[in-house]
Amino acid sequence: MEFKLSNKNLRITFFVLLAIALAFFIASQIYRPALAQNPTPTDDEVNRIAHQLYCPVCENTPLDVCPTEACRQWRDLIRQQLSQGWTEDQIKQYFIDQYGVRVVGEPPATGLNWLIYVLPPLIILAGAFILFRALRAWTKSSKASAATGSEIEAPKDEYVARLEEELKKRK
Amino acid sequence: MNEIKETAPRRGVPIWAQIIVWTLLVALLVLVAVGLNRAQQGQVQKGDKINQLTLTLFSGYEYNGANQVKLSDLSGKVVVVNFWASWCKPCEQEAADLEKAWELYKGDGKVVFIGVDYVDTEPEARAYLKKFGITFSNGPDLGTKISQMFRIKGVPETYFIDQNGVLQYVQIGPFTSVADIQSIIDPLLK
Repeated sequence: MEFKLSNKNLRITFFVLLAIALAFFIASQIYRPALAQNPTPTDDEVNRIAHQLYCPVCENTPLDVCPTEACRQWRDLIRQQLSQGWTEDQIKQYFIDQYGVRVVGEPPATGLNWLIYVLPPLIILAGAFILFRALRAWTKSSKASAATGSEIEAPKDEYVARLEEELKKRK
Repeated sequence: MNEIKETAPRRGVPIWAQIIVWTLLVALLVLVAVGLNRAQQGQVQKGDKINQLTLTLFSGYEYNGANQVKLSDLSGKVVVVNFWASWCKPCEQEAADLEKAWELYKGDGKVVFIGVDYVDTEPEARAYLKKFGITFSNGPDLGTKISQMFRIKGVPETYFIDQNGVLQYVQIGPFTSVADIQSIIDPLLK
């Protein structure tokens, strides 16, 4: 009995192979082996972010050096968030949402906080402008007085001469 | 007179610039004054009307099934607002007493207890609530907005608000017994 590979047989074989491949693909997606989780963040990685945050219940104490139990909990939270793949910005935003803007060393430039960023440069510029004008005015007045110096001295000498003459007469 | 006219006119700062500078200066001083005044006000005082208080609640600690509680919705009830934190050791002294007091009053619905978890992490907060068997509504003080509104000095602090939303009593530090809590709530119910 002769078996001939007709076009029909080829098509069937192709579809069977395709179905097997598809089945393998689906199975591999369903029974995907457990992948390695993000490695546990090191203390340095945690402290790099903690250093930029401040303890919400202490006075001006960065989170990385704060010895309280509460700060330890917050550092653990940062470690946990890092291991879950959170970015630095996401972690900072979480802390702002939970504990307010006072936990960040640099307040976000929103609302009245803009003043903190805008006012100092403006004041420095205004000061420089005033100083420039004052220096220019002083330079001009000193030049003017130098130019008219001889004219001023002449009447003074005349006055002194008259004064001395009067004194001589009285002697 | 001719000599005076001949001298160059003195050039000062233009008037518009002076107005702008003085306006900015006054605005800055007002801002600083308002900030200082607010900082010196201290805690909210007995007799103050507490208008706005909205607390998002932990799941499992909702108020009547809602995940948010507003003081405006609690008109006609005595409201006990307790600030606490899981890292706060003195808070642990009063936690069980607060729950016992809540058990006493929750039946008639005339008193509402609200726990405000001050700068805390949720897992530790939940562990604390579980440890002391707390069942009344509790939620985190997101952004420390509520504690700033009450201008609290620390935890624990407990505020008793009457049926008209007026603050009637402030407890600084922990309660030492259920009777202490009752002695404040009962007169407010009369």
